[in-house]
Amino acid sequence: MNNFTEVFKTFDWEETKRSIYAKTSQDVERALSTQKRTLEDFKALISPSASAYLEQMATISQKLTQKRFGKVIQMYVPLYLSNECNNICTYCGFSYDNKVRRKTLSNMEIMQEVAVIKKMGYEHILLVTGESNQTVHVDYFKKVLNLIRPHFAHISMEVQPLDLEDYQQLTPYGLNTVLVYQETYHQEDYKKHHPKGKKSNFDYRLETPDRLGRAGIHKMGLGVLIGLEDWRTDSFFTALHLDYLEKKYWQSKYSLSFPRLRPFSGGLEPKVTMSDRELVQLICAYRLFNEEVELSISTRESPSFRNNIIKLGITALSAGSKTNPGGYAVEPDSLEQFEISDERSPEEIAEIIAAQGYEPVWKDWDNSLAI
Amino acid sequence: MLKIADRTFNSRLFTGTGKFSSAAVMEEALLSSGSELVTVALKRVDLKKHDHDDFLVRLKYPHIHLLPNTSGVRNAREAVFAAQLAREALETDWIKLEIHPDPKYLMPDPIETLKATEELAKLGFTVLPYIHADPVLCKRLEDAGSAAVMPLGSPIGSNKGLKTIDFLEMIISQSNVPVIVDAGIGSPSDAAWAMEIGADAVLVNTAIAVSQNPVLMAHAFKLAVEAGRMAFKARLASPMNYAVASSPLTSFLNE
Repeated sequence: MNNFTEVFKTFDWEETKRSIYAKTSQDVERALSTQKRTLEDFKALISPSASAYLEQMATISQKLTQKRFGKVIQMYVPLYLSNECNNICTYCGFSYDNKVRRKTLSNMEIMQEVAVIKKMGYEHILLVTGESNQTVHVDYFKKVLNLIRPHFAHISMEVQPLDLEDYQQLTPYGLNTVLVYQETYHQEDYKKHHPKGKKSNFDYRLETPDRLGRAGIHKMGLGVLIGLEDWRTDSFFTALHLDYLEKKYWQSKYSLSFPRLRPFSGGLEPKVTMSDRELVQLICAYRLFNEEVELSISTRESPSFRNNIIKLGITALSAGSKTNPGGYAVEPDSLEQFEISDERSPEEIAEIIAAQGYEPVWKDWDNSLAI
Repeated sequence: MLKIADRTFNSRLFTGTGKFSSAAVMEEALLSSGSELVTVALKRVDLKKHDHDDFLVRLKYPHIHLLPNTSGVRNAREAVFAAQLAREALETDWIKLEIHPDPKYLMPDPIETLKATEELAKLGFTVLPYIHADPVLCKRLEDAGSAAVMPLGSPIGSNKGLKTIDFLEMIISQSNVPVIVDAGIGSPSDAAWAMEIGADAVLVNTAIAVSQNPVLMAHAFKLAVEAGRMAFKARLASPMNYAVASSPLTSFLNE
């Protein structure tokens, strides 16, 4: 197999969905009692039948996570560099057809933002942009990486998918991690949600993790936007993707996110809603399926949910996030990509983590380790 | 007393600093363990201002020696570079060599580890390589100048105990440098077992850090390591799987 597309094409969405919903409590019990869990076990754990076993799942998830990661939570923060975008995405505040003022941060503005972020205590930063290949391209990323590398121990990027050569060019600049979310693995619906722009190419996006693996990236992040399609089926495909990548690109680390669609100005109502209970089920199911994958939660989630999820299997949290370019210092009032739900400061979140017997970890990488 | 390179140790329990619920709990547990050699992941430390690093400040005791480790590097080149950074920032020649290009199971790369050991030994480092329980590799590392060898008992963080027991015994029987059983030790009884078979020391992290009471568990490990060492020195009676009361096959010789 050269690309995940080849694996993906052997699956049928509807059939997969049916098989998940057909899982029985017996299947769930088998999945709970085994040590090494398969994709079929994962289906059982995300199925409606597993809902009754949530407490057991959470107990196992907590134990496995502590064994692997310890009683620690990794802290990170996003830095939005640009909201320029040529894509139309029905669910996104930066969509091309959304009438907002567009902005890409200049060097000086980036440094103003960095100063505020550093004061919060962050060492792990996530750079975010829309997709605007005329202004926000590989040379722009190189410039930004050069600029911020001296200030952060760990740099991640969540930008448009790039070519293999681009990733190969960017890793020597200190790029450690790339997050590319498929949004949905439902190919027809994907087309509906991405009618225009480069992002409408489903296969190019689907094969991005393969290109990252070939470029030898240290870590890559996968996920879907929950609310676009049936979350159980989408999550199965995420797990399938992860399973394929881990075996093929065994030198890379992996992380998963589970963003639930949030309101934004002029935005889309979720087609499918996922309850808090279901999100906990999904997080625990991922942990039971894969003991090593990092699981992260953003400020999209509510304060009470975030307080309670710390012990259940996640490994990374953001806090104090701004989702608009310039949001920390330059233009705090410009339009956000989405409304965040937890507005508490990193300091407050750190206290909450500590109160639960976990240590917030600000630095767990050093740029000098990869040369 | 245990001697590694030019340093002697009263305690044969080495410890790690990761996975603790807070820096304060870590400090208390390490004190309760009596450990004199404590490994620290370079990636966790702020190398630029290590004097103020919240983590390192907790480890400033006259009896505690720091053993920086290279966790996160993927090859010999990166490991050598990291070791040099550690030497500069932490003012120690000691380095725990961890090269695991596989982030899932964290399996050490024997080829890159041997290469890095050769190079670091030449550069004057005291090299403690983390490796598979591979007896031949251990001899090769010894030849390359490692100060000790650190074979794994089972996968790191797995708490599975001494799955590699047969190979550990071979390594111990033929090693000219101290053998420190690293990784996988899940309980004080595992640690005692490693000491009973003649390991010079053990390194424990997860089993202490993630237990319900790390301070108490650290103390339990301290006692287990001491007990295991005593048992080794006293020479264990070999276990017998069969009765030897009568000698039906050879009693005719006495007639």
